[in-house]
Amino acid sequence: MQKLLIFAILFITYITYSSWVYTRGTDRASIMTSNQEWGKQIYQEYNCQSCHQLFGLGGYLGPELTTVISDKNRGELYARILLENGAIRMPNFHLSPKQVNALIDYLKYVDANAFTYKTDGK
Amino acid sequence: MKISKSIPGTWFFLIAISSLFIGLLFGALGGIQYVFPGFLKEALSFQKIRPLHVYLVINWIFCAAAGAVYYYIPYVSGRKLYSTHLAKLHILIQLIILVWVVTGFFMGRFGGREYLEFPPYIVLLIILAWILFMINFFVTVKPSFKEVPVYIWSWSTGLLFFLITICEAQLWLLPHFNNNIIRDITVQWKAMGSMVGSWNMLVYGSAMFVMEKITGDKSINRSKKAFFFYFLGLTNLLFNWGHHTYIVPSSELVRTISYTISMTELLILANIIYSFRKTYFKTNPHKHFLSFRIVTYAEAWILLNLILSISISVPAINFYTHGTHITVAHAMGTTIGINTLLLLSSLVLIAEEMIGDGKLFTPYFNRSFIFLNISLLVFWLSLVGMGICKIIAVHEKNSFTEMMAKLYPYFQVFSISGIFVFLGLLLVLMPVFKTYLKLGFAKQSSDPS
Repeated sequence: MQKLLIFAILFITYITYSSWVYTRGTDRASIMTSNQEWGKQIYQEYNCQSCHQLFGLGGYLGPELTTVISDKNRGELYARILLENGAIRMPNFHLSPKQVNALIDYLKYVDANAFTYKTDGK
Repeated sequence: MKISKSIPGTWFFLIAISSLFIGLLFGALGGIQYVFPGFLKEALSFQKIRPLHVYLVINWIFCAAAGAVYYYIPYVSGRKLYSTHLAKLHILIQLIILVWVVTGFFMGRFGGREYLEFPPYIVLLIILAWILFMINFFVTVKPSFKEVPVYIWSWSTGLLFFLITICEAQLWLLPHFNNNIIRDITVQWKAMGSMVGSWNMLVYGSAMFVMEKITGDKSINRSKKAFFFYFLGLTNLLFNWGHHTYIVPSSELVRTISYTISMTELLILANIIYSFRKTYFKTNPHKHFLSFRIVTYAEAWILLNLILSISISVPAINFYTHGTHITVAHAMGTTIGINTLLLLSSLVLIAEEMIGDGKLFTPYFNRSFIFLNISLLVFWLSLVGMGICKIIAVHEKNSFTEMMAKLYPYFQVFSISGIFVFLGLLLVLMPVFKTYLKLGFAKQSSDPS
């Protein structure tokens, strides 16, 4: 009985905590536009996460992309060139100009919401 | 009493070992791509190789854990498996998923999230297969949770929480989650972190059963201490995912809870295994020696990974280690060094019940097993070295190209040792695979399944 009670308490706490994580615990970000959403969909369909990380999620063969847009040494042009041509490790995916724009738009959105990466801590 | 033959169990073991062999082959090819950047870039890029490797290796863990449960539940419950038809359907769906996912990855059909990169509709089949497995487990065991040993709790928890977390991992399909990057990433880490906890519950449950079988001491899995650690493990499964999200700008409370809970899961198992070793030497020093030896090596891997776990869980250290290969070293150390070795102890124990105790403990096996562990240690150290080197490169503000050039010697060691890990597991598992292939389907008069 005691074991079932402990399990029940833990489970109820888990449900409560999950509900909070799904709502107030993660409400800091702005909402994506439809083009940014499309960019995110392309990111998943081409499995970009296999080589690149966003907020620490993803592989290590390619560079981290969370702040690629605002990075002074990389920026939008760097991302655009790689998306349009590929690189030594990255195949050319022959993306259309609209797809490239959507991906760039999505990366801009991610960058704008990467508060913990920015030194001013906003 | 011997563990009786289980045809579904044998099927799952064979699927598991085959998945591991193929998955490791893709892992080795992926390692080569780190050293030779243009290698298979157009035909089989890393974008395809990584999910193939990850999916197949995770499939090894789940199928081997499922196989062990199918073997053990008639033994622990004293009843026949509830439905062989459901078990056959489970196998069939598992095979369909395997072929579908692997073919899709080859063809470049993705659409899912990291670790579950396949299109989300395939998850419906995974859920269906899992429910069939759960029905067979719960109806066969009919667990009375007031009295059952801790491994029944562990298996039940693993079964329940895999179902919950695989559903949770699909929440991104809803706009409320998909449109908000912080929520999306946090929930993804949450679901995947707890899913790892669910498969650990399945693996650890089998490891606890193996210990009881080796020692013959039933009290170790019914003690207050065993249950204390089980509940601590469950707490980790539920709340410890957050150490991955320190850099995600979610609420501060998520990080605080994660840090407070910290990663004690491996410590828990180390403690249980330590107790088991003491019991083993007291009670039964000559039975199932090979399984005992494998568990002892897993214990060493637990201690090594515990050090890494602490480094990942402490925010000040996590600040540097996150996003480096130290995280990969932890993942490799736990999936190969701990999960794979614990599952191997189950596979060996059951195989030796069929062919006779000690029959697999040959000089060939011994040499292969040591070769595997040395290769894994070099592989693991190369990843840790890569992580440290990356931390220095980031601190020095090196470009990505400069950093990759500095990491190159580590890539070479990682790639070669990775191939040796593949060969080591091939050598170790081949006699086990042959045993199941030869005897796992043979008729047995007292087969309860």
